[in-house]
Amino acid sequence: MPRIRPIRTEAIVLRQRPLGDADRICVLFSPTRGRIEAVAKGVRKPLSKLAGHVEPLSRGQFGLAQGRNLDVVTDASTLDSWPALHDDMDRMTEALALAELVDRSTDVDVSSRPLYDVLRHSLDELASTKSPRAVRWWFTLRFLDQQGYRPELEGCVRCRSEVGPEGNGFSAADGGVVCPRCHGAGVGRRLSSPVFRLLRYMRRSSCEATAQVNVDADASAELERHLRLSLEQALESRLRSSGFAEALARAEMVGRDATSRVVESEREEQQRAAI
Amino acid sequence: MQRSPATAPTIARLIEAFHRLPGIGPKSAQRLAYHVLRAPRAEAEALAEALLEVKDSTRLCGICQNITDADPCAVCLDPQRSDATVCVVEEPLDVAAIERAGVHRGRYHVLHGAISPMDGVGPEDLKVRELLTRLGDAAVEEVILAMNPNLEGEATAGYLSRVIGAMGVRITRIAHGLPVGADVEYADERTLRAAMTHRVSMDQQGDD
Ligand SMILES: [Zn+2]
Ligand SMILES: [Zn+2]
Repeated sequence: MPRIRPIRTEAIVLRQRPLGDADRICVLFSPTRGRIEAVAKGVRKPLSKLAGHVEPLSRGQFGLAQGRNLDVVTDASTLDSWPALHDDMDRMTEALALAELVDRSTDVDVSSRPLYDVLRHSLDELASTKSPRAVRWWFTLRFLDQQGYRPELEGCVRCRSEVGPEGNGFSAADGGVVCPRCHGAGVGRRLSSPVFRLLRYMRRSSCEATAQVNVDADASAELERHLRLSLEQALESRLRSSGFAEALARAEMVGRDATSRVVESEREEQQRAAI
Repeated sequence: MQRSPATAPTIARLIEAFHRLPGIGPKSAQRLAYHVLRAPRAEAEALAEALLEVKDSTRLCGICQNITDADPCAVCLDPQRSDATVCVVEEPLDVAAIERAGVHRGRYHVLHGAISPMDGVGPEDLKVRELLTRLGDAAVEEVILAMNPNLEGEATAGYLSRVIGAMGVRITRIAHGLPVGADVEYADERTLRAAMTHRVSMDQQGDD
């Protein structure tokens, strides 16, 4: 085998999966090399020196040697371990959602500094913000921009006419806002004026500023739907971490009235599934 | 896997079967297959029987969900063990490891996995419902979470503490820090942070 000089790169660890008995495959996202899959050997053994440095949702400096099929992590040192993202379920859930988006989108060996910077900044914010979901919204808008699916928020995507604050729709398939007339003709879902304002605000504001905005339950549900449909449009697939967020929300509801309800509702769900 | 035309189909089939086992690469699969081929018939029969028997006569314990050949399992039936604590683990092998160390005298609950949001593994894919049902009617005072100290383990522990915490049962998680034989010098930031947070007073040494 020809010896190829190992590379060094900074990267954010997006995810891992077990390989064999003791190894893991890490999915790294590097600002200069894009998405990299690399084997971290022996990291499931207690005395591994690598293990703590290749955990998902951390940023580090990595040495990578070219292996037969996959790269091999030769050394790693942590730059940001973001403990708050690991200790707090809400932050972890949102952070994983960002990691999943990047994991789903990025081509191997494509340099992607702008996306990397947005991801890193968002994870920094997530670790300290009081509003983790707002950070994800902010990230999602920028992510869509970089995937080439920048939502149009100025004029109607169908007829190009100017749009006022009221009566508009949002069409993920067409990629943005639709005017009242086009919306009246059946294009897009309802875009309420608070959510329209919020979208425009998020586009021009910093992540920190976005996280300060108070958003009520209706508006956030509407915004989530628009963003979700836009992402599905961009990635052409359903997103898995989002399903986890829903499970977590269920758990909290469940928490309020303890076990009996869980068991019951799950039983009902199973029965429904059986029918 | 590449199949050489020189390999008889029956052997190729065995090689493939071994290759599907976790941790077995193509080379090892080949070595195992040829070992079986050369071994006496009795050895091959013993292997085949053991394989079938493990499938036919083992099941999950109705209480702790561990793999057992008698339901309830020996641990759940043992009158010497305390009902007050339940140690929740990801895999059956974790029970075996804790039992080998002899460090837990209560009961167990095996989840058969960990929550992994990015792999689409959620609480409903694990034996969580069984755990909640169990906590609902038993005399459990403390649930000890013995998840692995990685992201999946953290997600699982976080989820369980939310659901169980609301039930008024005391919930603890096993400490994590430096493993025996490790160097402080090589420890990562999060391990060191955990080790610092969970440090113990030297004054109390000798108490246990
Ligand atoms: Zn229009
Ligand atoms: Zn049992």
